Amino acid sequence: MSQTNLLSTHLRRLEAEAIGILREVAAEFRNPVLMYSIGKDSSVLLHLALKAFYPARPPFPVLHIDTTWKFREMIAFRDALPGRLGIELIVHTNQEGLRRGINPIASGSSLHTQVMKTEALKQALDKFQFDAAIGGARRDEEKSRAKERIFSFRGPGHTWDPRHQRPELWHVFNTRLRPGESMRVFPISNWTELDVWQYIVAENIEIVPLYFAKDRPVVRRGGVWIMVDDDRLPLEPGETPEMRRVRFRTLGCYPLSGAIESAAATTQEIVDELQQARQSERQGRLIDADEEASMERKKREGYF
Amino acid sequence: MDTAPLPPAPGEKTLLRFLTCGSVDDGKSTLIGRLLYDAEAILTDQLETLERDSKKFGTTGGEIDLALLLDGLEDERQQGITIDVAYRLFATKRRSFIVADTPGHEQYTRNMATGASTADLALLLVDARKGIVVQTRRHALICSLLGIRHLVLAVNKLDLLEFDKGVFDTIADDFRAFAADLGFASLRIIPISARFGDNVGTLSERCAWYTGPALLDYLETVEVDDRADRIGFRFPVQWVSRPDLDFRGVAGTVAAGSIAPGDPIVVAGSGVQSRVKEIVTFDGAVSRATAGDAVTLTLTDDIDVTRGDLLSGPRSRPEFADQLAAHVIWMKDEQLVPGRSYWLKIGTKSVPVTITALKHRIDVNNNAHVAARRLRLNEIGFCNLSTAQPIAFDPYKTNRETGGFILIDRFTNETAGAGMIEFALRRASNIHRQAETIGAKERAALKGQQAAVLWFTGLSGAGKSTIANRLEQKLVALGAHTMLLDGDNVRHGLNRDLGFTDTDRVENIRRLGEVAKLMADAGLIVICAFISPFRADRLMARESSAPHDFLEVFVDTPIDECIRRDPKGLYAKAQSGQIPNFTGLDSPYEAPENPEVRLSTVGQQVDGLVDGLIETLRARGIIG
Repeated sequence: MSQTNLLSTHLRRLEAEAIGILREVAAEFRNPVLMYSIGKDSSVLLHLALKAFYPARPPFPVLHIDTTWKFREMIAFRDALPGRLGIELIVHTNQEGLRRGINPIASGSSLHTQVMKTEALKQALDKFQFDAAIGGARRDEEKSRAKERIFSFRGPGHTWDPRHQRPELWHVFNTRLRPGESMRVFPISNWTELDVWQYIVAENIEIVPLYFAKDRPVVRRGGVWIMVDDDRLPLEPGETPEMRRVRFRTLGCYPLSGAIESAAATTQEIVDELQQARQSERQGRLIDADEEASMERKKREGYF
Repeated sequence: MDTAPLPPAPGEKTLLRFLTCGSVDDGKSTLIGRLLYDAEAILTDQLETLERDSKKFGTTGGEIDLALLLDGLEDERQQGITIDVAYRLFATKRRSFIVADTPGHEQYTRNMATGASTADLALLLVDARKGIVVQTRRHALICSLLGIRHLVLAVNKLDLLEFDKGVFDTIADDFRAFAADLGFASLRIIPISARFGDNVGTLSERCAWYTGPALLDYLETVEVDDRADRIGFRFPVQWVSRPDLDFRGVAGTVAAGSIAPGDPIVVAGSGVQSRVKEIVTFDGAVSRATAGDAVTLTLTDDIDVTRGDLLSGPRSRPEFADQLAAHVIWMKDEQLVPGRSYWLKIGTKSVPVTITALKHRIDVNNNAHVAARRLRLNEIGFCNLSTAQPIAFDPYKTNRETGGFILIDRFTNETAGAGMIEFALRRASNIHRQAETIGAKERAALKGQQAAVLWFTGLSGAGKSTIANRLEQKLVALGAHTMLLDGDNVRHGLNRDLGFTDTDRVENIRRLGEVAKLMADAGLIVICAFISPFRADRLMARESSAPHDFLEVFVDTPIDECIRRDPKGLYAKAQSGQIPNFTGLDSPYEAPENPEVRLSTVGQQVDGLVDGLIETLRARGIIG
């Protein structure tokens, strides 16, 4: 029996759509890359890429933008990837940002994201001359993403102009670019968080253990649990790390990623928990709460 | 072990893609917000944000404004309108939904077409107080044109009319009469209040005369998968997979019908046939692939098949033609001008295309056919198109995936329009080309030269005619056989019927390009001197000259210098308003980006420039 038969009709449709999009990228662009954030969406994306080109390997490398503030478990998971899946991994860090001492704690999440993620991504895309970057963003994540195209055109300097997006009809994608322009491509645009988890369960996809509940050292900040992943997190007066059974719904830089209290220790338990959930996944992310429409602004500047 | 993808089991969750449309202020965003709310798809933190936003931007006087869940862009929240198509995802126990929310503003018709192109069902709203308005008809017509077969008309804001059954019945009757010609397979009309949720999630006691179903209940159960397999197997080849010498597969998504190992297939156009050996997937070989499945096929023979080819069964082949009739929705600020060349992308195939005739425009308010010479943004026309090579397709009505195409501007790369193919024009297949035994090469060889087209472009007064004339004199002196086509002269004869509007300029250049090609076919070195201000048209001339050598010669003289020279006194006349549409003044000149030759005339002698040109011709082997 093939695994595919475990998928419901609607997951099969979503999977086929994503595979079609990945093949279109490979066929139409000179030098595409798959953006890999080590999160669950990236893991699904990578799995879809393996499926899309089977029995060949995906005809593009995988790029990780390392802010140097990711959870240690994420980095270990990432570094095992090439050996496990036989893919080419590129890691890029904004060295100039490091020299300037930009970090999520002292610099604030906004500046940190701008320099270590947005700028770093642009540097990497320019350095390797990638003309298409495949990402795992989904339309259900955030309001401005609901208006994002699957093939999202970026002008010179990677800018996004929401008022001048190319209309997308049927499955016919306009992939044409002039020099200096590029494309961001989102094959799992039409998936929800629950779809992603159900797919992970059905396809038995390996993910970072941080998604599973475990006793972890955390402190309470801004209404969420922040994990003390290493000794770089300065403790505020009176703050003492305590052990709590927590897990993460989304992963990013550890000082910016809020954990939730949970007992879900398997993917199936996560799905069950999610079906009861009354909070959206971005709630744990500190960068969006900064200001109204902050995601849209970041996107205009070239963030994913 | 072989396994076939199974049909959905009874009670298994399926996917419905639907579109919401209707006039601005009919309450679309509120209705989707209400559907999400009633389907319990809105989470606690989103509700908190919504409450905060409702106080700041809301239009419901401090109450929760569900519409704010949808307006994602800053401009929209500030202006209280929806600008762009938004996709919303939600699920109930029975179904997953992908909702395309499209704006009601007239200028955003293109977004509606975009949302409609992938939708199975349309949810069209009307404001009960206003009844059927122009935009209701417009949107129903666009849904029909885009091939949506199932329509729900939600008569909204009935709470403001105390759920008056008479009002509802009048609207329902009006709409049924209008929609009768639009070919919907199903039409359901439901009275609702999006703001208060009546008949949305559950039936409302305030509207007792309506016995159901409630909107959400209907959306969860309506059967839309009724596209019978009318055309057989279709498989646009997306990617040829060759990981090693032993494996060669064609990857793609089945666009219609189904296929199994052993089935015969044929490549449209070439007619080459083979059989499917195996249907390969990551999860193992499968025994059948059906419409929507993304698979890789291996074939029993090593036949020539590449990306852009369309595979079908040998007994139900697609159409194959280079002359087509199609509905085109124009999506670009710059108008569609017949004669211009665009890229046409259909399935996985891209080819250059020219819109050869605009038969009529469709007045979307009453479905009337109106004579038109151009198509403006958001207008829909019925056109004849001519592709550079024949393409495989099906009429859009029989299959959207193999009958819909987009048009791409060849310079800006914008998506300029979208089209739905109606039928193939048989003209081309009835006019067979006469095979020539003597070609341009033989004719040119007798003259000791190679045929070529030298296309001089530049502003009026730039020096095109002067340089072209001197060049011809020198070439003749060298024993070359030439022909000079001058813009002004041709307008006295062949193109006497054309004026100076953009449309006429395009036709002017199209004819000149064809004449230049015939002259080159005769083995001549053809020298053309035309302002030819538009890049697209020069590209058209270049393409129609193929396979002859084509040199674009840009006579690069600044406008100030042309005005100073003004050899025919035209600039003076134009500046005093006597000549409208004068290139360089009130009509644009698009300078060449990569001409083969650029001649900067300021401070140069004609002879020097011409000698340089002759060297170029020698270097390219055009003259000995």
